[in-house]
Amino acid sequence: MKDYQDRTIKIALPKGRFLSPTANMLAEIGLEFEGYSSDAKQYRLSSKKLSSVSAKILQEKDIPIQVAVGNYDLGICGLDWIEEFVVKYPTGALVKVSSLNYGEGGIYVATSSLSGIANLADLSTQRRDYRIVSEYPNLAEAFALKRRIRKFRIFPVWGAAEAYPPENADLAVFWGKDGAYVAARGLLPLKKLLSVTAFLIANRESLESKDLSDILACFSSQLTVDLRTSEENESDIFRELKIYDIPWSAKEINLALPDGHQQSPTVQFLKRAGLVFDGYSEKVVSRRPSAELEWLGVKVIRPQDMPQQVANGNFDLAITGEDWLLDHLYRFPASPVEKLLTLGFGTVKVVAAVSQEMPVNNIDDLRVLIQKNPELIKSPLKVASEYTNIADKHLRDNHIHPYKLIPTWGASEAFLPDDADMLIDNTQTGKTLKQHKLKIIDEIFQSSACLIANKNSLMSSDKKDKVELLTQKLRAALE
Amino acid sequence: MLESPRSELGFKTGLAYHQNQKILVNVKVLRILESDREMTNQKCKGMRDLLPEDMLRFRCIEDVFRSCCRSWGYQEVKTPTLEFLYLFTAAGTLTPGMLSKVYSFLDWDGWSGERVVLRPDGTIPVARLYIDNLSGQELARLFYVTNIFAFEGTGKENRERWQCGAEFFGGAKFAADVEIILLAKEIIRKLGVNNVELQLSHAGLVRALVKELKLGADEEAAVTHSVLEGDWRALTKAKSASPEFSKLLGALLNLKGRSSNFLHNIRASFPKASNDFKSSVADLINVTALLDSVDCAYEIDIGTIHGFEYYTGVCFQFLATGEKVGGGGRYDKLVPLMNGKEIPACGFALYVDPLMRMLPPQEEKQNGLAILVKGRELTPETVRLSFRLAESLRSAGYITELDFADREGSSYRWVIVVSGKEPSPFMLKDCLQKRRREVASTTEVLKALSEG
Repeated sequence: MKDYQDRTIKIALPKGRFLSPTANMLAEIGLEFEGYSSDAKQYRLSSKKLSSVSAKILQEKDIPIQVAVGNYDLGICGLDWIEEFVVKYPTGALVKVSSLNYGEGGIYVATSSLSGIANLADLSTQRRDYRIVSEYPNLAEAFALKRRIRKFRIFPVWGAAEAYPPENADLAVFWGKDGAYVAARGLLPLKKLLSVTAFLIANRESLESKDLSDILACFSSQLTVDLRTSEENESDIFRELKIYDIPWSAKEINLALPDGHQQSPTVQFLKRAGLVFDGYSEKVVSRRPSAELEWLGVKVIRPQDMPQQVANGNFDLAITGEDWLLDHLYRFPASPVEKLLTLGFGTVKVVAAVSQEMPVNNIDDLRVLIQKNPELIKSPLKVASEYTNIADKHLRDNHIHPYKLIPTWGASEAFLPDDADMLIDNTQTGKTLKQHKLKIIDEIFQSSACLIANKNSLMSSDKKDKVELLTQKLRAALE
Repeated sequence: MLESPRSELGFKTGLAYHQNQKILVNVKVLRILESDREMTNQKCKGMRDLLPEDMLRFRCIEDVFRSCCRSWGYQEVKTPTLEFLYLFTAAGTLTPGMLSKVYSFLDWDGWSGERVVLRPDGTIPVARLYIDNLSGQELARLFYVTNIFAFEGTGKENRERWQCGAEFFGGAKFAADVEIILLAKEIIRKLGVNNVELQLSHAGLVRALVKELKLGADEEAAVTHSVLEGDWRALTKAKSASPEFSKLLGALLNLKGRSSNFLHNIRASFPKASNDFKSSVADLINVTALLDSVDCAYEIDIGTIHGFEYYTGVCFQFLATGEKVGGGGRYDKLVPLMNGKEIPACGFALYVDPLMRMLPPQEEKQNGLAILVKGRELTPETVRLSFRLAESLRSAGYITELDFADREGSSYRWVIVVSGKEPSPFMLKDCLQKRRREVASTTEVLKALSEG
């Protein structure tokens, strides 16, 4: 049971796309939080106006879950992440208070004009095995079931869903500002699944039992009845869209390169190997850079998604991190993915860390503490990690139990100490951990960038020579 | 994966950095209560233990079901717990409502994104088994006892349920329909369940009625889904209903026919109805006429059938004291839809969980005859004699327990104390007659027992 005498009101505020519009809105309604800006140093913030209100900055995806389980009374995030959660876990614990009328966009189902899908009806009638790629796997699955798609597979990805069709997926379900946004990425929108705005959500128990009136009063000017735009005739609107052509043709060998932090060191490494791709440099991000080798297809996707995409044959080779490879192999032990080279850049340590105030110095201490003094640690131990499979295995191997895993989308340190007891995450220098009053109790392994390959491509007589050629070029750059 | 709200208490408790001592104590007390409860209830939500008494009822149902099915020429099969999700996603298999409650996940080799499910239905896996293994057979009468899994939000209802089902592949209309109805009925009767009603409908009628609405493809699908989920008002709420249609619908939804004459009346009242509608009514007339001829009572109530998309013909359900205990019907399109050959098929399932509640308490058949063989001490000689005696008793058909810890049981018919001391190594206690006597050999023990 929650302690309703507790007057503290906790609100979860979003990072990323909604951070600055949310900060502006909060300033407008007189509910500013010190330090809520894109260069925020701390995750925990206090309200300038209401002393009883504290806030925490979280990844948007985490906010619906955190509010539903009652770690926060209120939260602000996009309707897309709320629906992604609710469609899978139709819990009554989450109340959608109101749209906040900013951050407009939509979740679109889109296909490539090269996919042979002209409209929605095709999906139910064609006898095909549809590959659906999405950052929103639950919404994508609900859509596929509702459309009665005979056979489908969902590829959950961390991002860049729009880059997958036509060759790596038949359908992509992703966020876009409007139909033109989708068309500009070379895809044909088939359906707008959901209109998205920023939303204020509340935990049901908090709303029923706790006095939230002061903070809700601040929002009163923003609380409007959900203004859903009338259902436009989508297909008519979509018909007028100019779909940009994707510069795509089938290639013999497909290579995936990382975006994000790994992009810049990867570019430098490829230069040393004598491989230059038009559209993949320190500054430029094109999803489909072109290669001088006419038989080589290159695509830029998230490193987290690469092992699975190599396993299912969408790519023959990829440059990703050893951390993501290991996380994949722990989940799919027989996966046909193999590490060919350790590339030595982008090195991080994957560590387990706890609050500095927890009286343990290593994982054995922690096990003893849980066994001998279960009252000191609330049971089960809550572990936040973006590497769910590595974390699971590490905890099992060290006989830590009972535990609960909280999957995160990076920045697990934000969860400690109130919403989790331990994190398993990567760190370069350990500085961020210290800054958040955390200490490392276990170094699990060191991870650097690596070249991975699909085992079947290595054995295929059509492919193996070319794969070997590329591997040699990359190996040469190591020395 | 998700946590419960109560877990907010935190490891603040003992770690000195919580300021308020009063709250600390309360939190500690609360935690102890919680941990007690957690220790005694470690079962997953919606899952259920079957205790010895439950299993007696369970086996009783299973035994009756098996023996009836065998005597009708059905053969037992078992399908795996895991199946591919796509078997169940194609239109014409399960409704979207049921699909939203399946336990689906990626297997350890699921990197390709192919999902598997814990079996959410009994019929579709058996249809797959037939297609994979037996499709050379023109006729296949199969039965199974299986668990099925469906998520249920509150966790108060069972998420794992048991059913006894039979499927008849190759059985054409209408004798096969009658066969499975009568088989199901015989099983329920032999179980001794009272106040049983049989309700009939036709899946084609539902579709024909929705067609009469003349809706767009999307809306037609939506209304069909609502009806299959049990919401018949969706039919009357749809805008395009003509007065004539409302009249037809009103008649059908409100009337409960008790003989095939009712159906003749319906047919005569709606001369302009669609051909689909007429042929569905004709199917029902054929089946009811056969049921009339074998004096099988039924009620025609087209509003009772829902939940499955694969039915194509006559459907039925059994109610006992108003509770649904079984159902089935004809599904001629399912096998072809799953890439099998064109073959007519029908089947039923009885729901074990409600039936278990309806059975009287069951007793172990030989409970009254249970014997305790009690070794006086734990020496090699006494142990040898005791196990050997127990083996002889079991071979003679007695349930025999062993004890070497001087446990005084009261629920035994006989207690045999094994001292191992010649000339009378055994002491036979008659717990019913309150007598005891010394016995020299196993043969003598068996003789004394048979004399009672």
